[in-house]
Amino acid sequence: MSMVRIGTGAGFQGDRIAPAVDLAERGELDFLVFECLAERTIALAQQARLADPGAGFDPLLERRMRAVLPACARNGTRIVTNMGAANPRAAAERTRAVVRELGLPLTVAAVTGDDVLPLIGDCILTETGAPARALGERLISANAYIGVAGIVEALDAGADIVICGRASDPALFLAPLVHRFGWAMDDWVRLGRGTLVGHLLECSAQITGGYFADPGVKDVPDLADVGFPLAEVSDDGNAVITKLPGTGGLVSRATCTEQLLYEIHDPARYMQPDVVADFSQVELEEIGIDRVRVTGGTGHPATGELKVSVGYRDGWRGEGQISYAGANCVARGRLAAELVRQRLSDWGSRILEERADLIGLDAVAPGGARGAAEPAEVRLRVAARCADQETAQRVGEEVESLYLCGPAGGGGVSRAHREIIAVASALLPAASVTVRSELSETLDA
Amino acid sequence: MKLHEIAHARTGDKGDVSNISVIAYRAEDWPRIHDALTPERVARHMGDVAAEDVTRYALPQLHALNFVIRGALKGGVTRSLALDAHGKCLASVLLELEL
Repeated sequence: MSMVRIGTGAGFQGDRIAPAVDLAERGELDFLVFECLAERTIALAQQARLADPGAGFDPLLERRMRAVLPACARNGTRIVTNMGAANPRAAAERTRAVVRELGLPLTVAAVTGDDVLPLIGDCILTETGAPARALGERLISANAYIGVAGIVEALDAGADIVICGRASDPALFLAPLVHRFGWAMDDWVRLGRGTLVGHLLECSAQITGGYFADPGVKDVPDLADVGFPLAEVSDDGNAVITKLPGTGGLVSRATCTEQLLYEIHDPARYMQPDVVADFSQVELEEIGIDRVRVTGGTGHPATGELKVSVGYRDGWRGEGQISYAGANCVARGRLAAELVRQRLSDWGSRILEERADLIGLDAVAPGGARGAAEPAEVRLRVAARCADQETAQRVGEEVESLYLCGPAGGGGVSRAHREIIAVASALLPAASVTVRSELSETLDA
Repeated sequence: MKLHEIAHARTGDKGDVSNISVIAYRAEDWPRIHDALTPERVARHMGDVAAEDVTRYALPQLHALNFVIRGALKGGVTRSLALDAHGKCLASVLLELEL
């Protein structure tokens, strides 16, 4: 039975590069996939592209490519990535320049079609119930989560490196499987299983011991040198998840179960552009050291709609922090919060929303410390969403002024402000989206 | 006994929705976890975070529950003012639940 070896080179934009190089060199991989786009990243990239038509792709693209391409070329490992972000063609051009400079015989393809800004005006946003056009000038970007079609087309045409923008994350992994095994696009069982493989791999180390360690309870060996995962996928879509010998971390039933449910709502209905994947009957079996067999995935017909991520400007955010320690620190922190609140009230309706938390007491844990003893220190954090930049700046300034005009013993102020790029979602009929792949030769013309 | 002693958990986020998986370390603890962690119990424990609604999905073959908490992220990662806008810390908060 034939098998595909597919590995993860990145699970988010800022991911570590060394484990990807290790996989490229020693993984004997058919495909190495870099998933680098979060919900908001593409809206930020679109802004960059508006400012400079040659920009708008992943800032680490060139570094990642330089790091892995020599080994990928040597080992016949092909690359699929969404590092094209808002500008896959420019990303392909840049990659081609790197390929030329390194003297490698690799072809590069760009996949386009996810940018649906011209189509989005009448679509209703899930969050607001209003059409996207109501955002007016604040609307920045609209990108559909496209499926495997463009990537498969590029791989079928012989591309060694395929660069797309917004695609569903699992589709980056499903596409090479569809290409290699020739799965039919209505083979819901296999498409569901391939999606499962993609879902398990798409967050890199989150299945090999990252986002997992809990000292004394869930220990992870050599987490500092955690390896990235790879899957050995059979043509029936079932797979073994593993990692390279000698790397840190672990692959176990526990790591796989946590990742299986990561960002999943109904496990029986994981909505994807090409299939509704069904993870509800998945079985995980440890069959060796750092080897877990995954079976039981399946799928149901696709809905015919694509999720669209809509980016828009949503005001400015200002923030300030200051610490209090020792005797009565909680009361002093609370007084400080109240002073900032009173002083900011002068700004009236230009402050749209605000909150103050004591870090160490109730900033991230709902309900706070649940009767725990007074902490040794707390850090006041005031954050506000504001109508304009000036007001946002004022939030941090009012925290800073607590040095002289606040409670006793406040120290270590930090402050920041930035524009808020928010993301909403909508649905678009899949048939209205045209996906295309362009090989590097085309881009030369 | 705290849930932390017999289960592990992970938080994920999509827009304004947080999901928390709860997984038994040992098969023998699964029935207890399954029976104790009703959506109502989890909502009570999570307080404000679970002000809207909590849906529970069970995967008995993996000894795992998945809680989907709508409205947990106060507008979602991109516009929430919360320090932990993703709600990454919430799984560990749930593991504090007293059984």
